[in-house]
Amino acid sequence: MKYKDYYEILGVPRDADDDAIKKAYRKLAHKYHPDVSKDPAGEEKFKEIAEAYATLKDADKRAAYDRLGSHSPGQDFQPPPDWGTQYGEQDLRFEDIDLSDLLAGLAGGRQRGAGRRGTMAMPGEDYEVTARISLEDAYAGTLVDLNLSVPEYDANGRLHRVPRVFKARIPKGATHGQRLRLRGKGGKGFHGGRDGDLYLNIELVPHALFRPSGHDLYLDLPLAPWEAALGATVAVPTLAGTVHLKVPAGTAAGSKLRLSGRGLPTPHGKPGDLYAIAQIAVPPKLSEAERELFQKLAAGSTFDPRSHFNSEVKHGD
Amino acid sequence: MATEPVEPAWLNDDARVSLDELAALSGLTDAALRELVDYGVLHPVDAAEAQWTFSARWVVVARTACRLRNDFELDLNALALTLSFLDRIRDLEAQLRSANAQLPRRHY
Repeated sequence: MKYKDYYEILGVPRDADDDAIKKAYRKLAHKYHPDVSKDPAGEEKFKEIAEAYATLKDADKRAAYDRLGSHSPGQDFQPPPDWGTQYGEQDLRFEDIDLSDLLAGLAGGRQRGAGRRGTMAMPGEDYEVTARISLEDAYAGTLVDLNLSVPEYDANGRLHRVPRVFKARIPKGATHGQRLRLRGKGGKGFHGGRDGDLYLNIELVPHALFRPSGHDLYLDLPLAPWEAALGATVAVPTLAGTVHLKVPAGTAAGSKLRLSGRGLPTPHGKPGDLYAIAQIAVPPKLSEAERELFQKLAAGSTFDPRSHFNSEVKHGD
Repeated sequence: MATEPVEPAWLNDDARVSLDELAALSGLTDAALRELVDYGVLHPVDAAEAQWTFSARWVVVARTACRLRNDFELDLNALALTLSFLDRIRDLEAQLRSANAQLPRRHY
């Protein structure tokens, strides 16, 4: 069994009183709780903190933990020979067990009915997992493999963490932040309790071209100055393949050209839209012929794109 | 060990749950859920109905509420306040994402 230093995790001395332990826990929870923290490592960190607090706030569990002695974090260790019998467990084996599961199985943990002595119906644990999928997969629907390490009881009622792989279907219609529930795919229930559920949080991997907002998509549409001025029909990629978009004459940079229904599908309604945002692209290097044409245009045009500067700035004279 | 794929349920406005289901899924009691409705952080489809039903999207909020209450040892008043702030943050983040999506990625 690997040692975890719960005092070090909470940043308190081994003789800290209950109040100091609670304060240290709260301070760390404010920082790392996955519901309030933006720290991507917050969830793992909070699990550690919550595990440490669950043991240290409970006098019996803390005493049992203290009797294990002090070791380096991650070090393999064996509890003292009489440790198991002292805490009411007859034939504990320590090789293949997580420290938190061992402590959860003691005294206070048993009231959850999860141990081999429990008989109360207990629902299984719910799991929450984030599935990162591509925009193409969100568009078409996809199957994802979810890797979870889940606690399960063996035939003798002992807790073990076992790796499990779930295949989950993500139907088309999901977008960033969408939540899905997979009934019965969480932890096993005990003594007739229902199995837990698996909750999926969908995250979209950023796409090179399309930027999602809800079910709408935005795409930069670079246009040559003459295309924007004269109008043009241009090929535009969509998630369903290329379409042809008519760009009206006199299209200004920043104009949004809407391709209705070409965004992400929704589960039961009409799909989102695709917006092509016009950008005026200038040739980075002009050929001789291009330069001459632009010079002709410059000489012949009366267009003043800054005419509003004069009317909108009041000079103090 | 791989298992057969499961069809997931959408937690959005397309699905409904009863008050009892919301309690079972979130871990909060009926009474706590009713109080959160009174505080205005959970909304039944029709508050005037005798048997409340909720859009399934409130399952996500109610589960967050249960976690926050347990992990931060909050009373329902502080919980409601925290949830209303989280809701505003979510809203602002969605607006920010939408505004960012409309900004050009590079200059042409």
